Amino acid sequence: MSALLDVTDLRVTLRTARGPADALRDVSFSMQRGDTVGLIGESGCGKSITALALMGLLPEAARVSGSIRFDGQELTALDEDALCRLRGSRIGMVFQEPMTALNPLHTIGRQIAEPLRLHRGLGAAAARAEALRLLQRVQLPQAGKRLDAYPHQMSGGQRQRVVIAIALACGPDLLIADEPTPALDVTIQREVLELIGELVAEEGMGLLLISHDLGVMAESVQRMLVMYGGMVVESGPTAEVFGRLAHPYTRGLFAARPQLGMPRGTRLATIPGRVPELADLPAGCPFAERCGHAVDDCRRALPAALPVGAQHLARCIRLEAVAASPA
Amino acid sequence: MNPPLLQVEGLVKHYRLPRERLLASPPTVRALEGVSFELGAGRSLGVVGESGSGKSTLARLVMALEPPTAGSVRLDGLALHALPPAALRAARDRMQMVFQDPYGSLDPRRTVLHTVSEPLRVLHGAGPAEQRERAAEVLQAVGLGAEALAKYPHEFSGGQRQRIAIARALITRPKLIVADEPVSALDVSVQAQVLNLMQDLQQRFGLAFLFVSHDLAVVDLVSDEVIVLYQGRIVERGAPDTLFRQAAHPYTRALLRAVPRLQPGAPRGRVPAPPIEAATAGEGCAFLPRCRLAHERCARERPLLRLLTAPGRTAHAAACHAAEEVAAMPQNA
Repeated sequence: MSALLDVTDLRVTLRTARGPADALRDVSFSMQRGDTVGLIGESGCGKSITALALMGLLPEAARVSGSIRFDGQELTALDEDALCRLRGSRIGMVFQEPMTALNPLHTIGRQIAEPLRLHRGLGAAAARAEALRLLQRVQLPQAGKRLDAYPHQMSGGQRQRVVIAIALACGPDLLIADEPTPALDVTIQREVLELIGELVAEEGMGLLLISHDLGVMAESVQRMLVMYGGMVVESGPTAEVFGRLAHPYTRGLFAARPQLGMPRGTRLATIPGRVPELADLPAGCPFAERCGHAVDDCRRALPAALPVGAQHLARCIRLEAVAASPA
Repeated sequence: MNPPLLQVEGLVKHYRLPRERLLASPPTVRALEGVSFELGAGRSLGVVGESGSGKSTLARLVMALEPPTAGSVRLDGLALHALPPAALRAARDRMQMVFQDPYGSLDPRRTVLHTVSEPLRVLHGAGPAEQRERAAEVLQAVGLGAEALAKYPHEFSGGQRQRIAIARALITRPKLIVADEPVSALDVSVQAQVLNLMQDLQQRFGLAFLFVSHDLAVVDLVSDEVIVLYQGRIVERGAPDTLFRQAAHPYTRALLRAVPRLQPGAPRGRVPAPPIEAATAGEGCAFLPRCRLAHERCARERPLLRLLTAPGRTAHAAACHAAEEVAAMPQNA
């Protein structure tokens, strides 16, 4: 059986005011149905660009090379019409902002019905009945009453449930969730993540979850890819990545995060400097400028992905020095 | 003995919503329902709670950005909401605010010099030379060079913008800084830089922080005392060590359980959803619909905030009939 999603050497070059910029370099990963994979990194690291590339939603001027095979089909070769048939039907998407992802002028029921009518060709009555079932599926309280409600009449958590219902409408094989919870309270965030987890397990979809929060990753996905400067700098089973923190950037992310129980006034470890602009990416390791372990060789060439454990890779030529230093 | 820097007493804020029907009385949102606390000079008070708990309303009332329905805010003994406008304006240089969104809180068409020195100009009528000198001073304090003065906000990253917003707050040499989710919009590595900076500045200038955040770990790190708000009331307060390790209110426990932990695969209990309709001013405990430990007394009688330890500056208090039992539960229960 072929993989549900197989990304090989994906490279995306964007045209910016300062010339062409490599937004993604050599991104490769694959996932099966039922797999949950997380993409983690800070703003500008390439995680959202990866999601956009998978869905064929990159700006027109973007150049894409490499391969994205979805269920055996090469997506980079598809035209817009063919992509339109995939998006919202076989690939579902949950976006960051539930407020802006929904149309404020249309009722919830109509927005959930749209993909059903478009992709599955349901009639108005059948689509409405199915929309109700979906709202119940995402555990929206008083689902029947909510069909005729508008987005502004709902809370952030409820709106995100609606967005999830829309993503699920056509029974997708792959669900892409781009930061589905940052605007939500911790308690609501937990519910939304648990809901996504349950739905993915029950429907046997693949889940690609994008987040900047290590805690969200730890609890939600089997495998994670840590991105920096448009590259996957570390990838592996979640427990392995957390156990080893092989790449210095993964270590930096982990150390910078305040954790409950730190004494008052603890100084957080910081990563000096800032995320590089895509147009300024160096020829060598993109993290070298901020890395305490960097040597001259780091700046010469892109480090290759080296195995550090079972299915666990890290792009760093200083792995031994990093591993020997305290986490 | 001097009064504490900030004294908040019985603060109530009700907002009237537009009428839904012509003859019905307009609905009211009870954002704050009687909040009292004190904050000493140079200390930090963390405020946590979900959206709708009243956190941001509290911050806005402390800053005297809008009047309370009842209650008072005293800064250095001055009752802010009772002051005549000119006196309130004069008092504003003692308190400044830092907002969540460093993209929205800086005017994109003004230079950093203009933005940072604006409080001086408006509150003290300072001249150009003084403005420039003081602005360079505070920018240096937040780790930016004087070359930033002539630049515009779009030339800076999110973390640098938040430094600029902090510099603007520092320029009047305030005693109190009210920070509403100051690091929530920042990336993890940048968030750490800004949190370290805020703690350095607190030490250096003896600032008091009223630090509003939904992130319990951040609040734990920066606060001397924490209050937990639920539907406009303080349901628990205490030193972070006590409050986060022996939480005595089921709501605090629910918040703690919801925080993602860094242990992959760690199982955890489900947190009950908030009620669909915000509770009206009923008799019982507002948390009742979500509480796993509720008993019949909770529906009858609203629990008042009561002390669980000897009185003192950061005494532990909770508004729950079963506070002692809850506090005695294992830490992750």
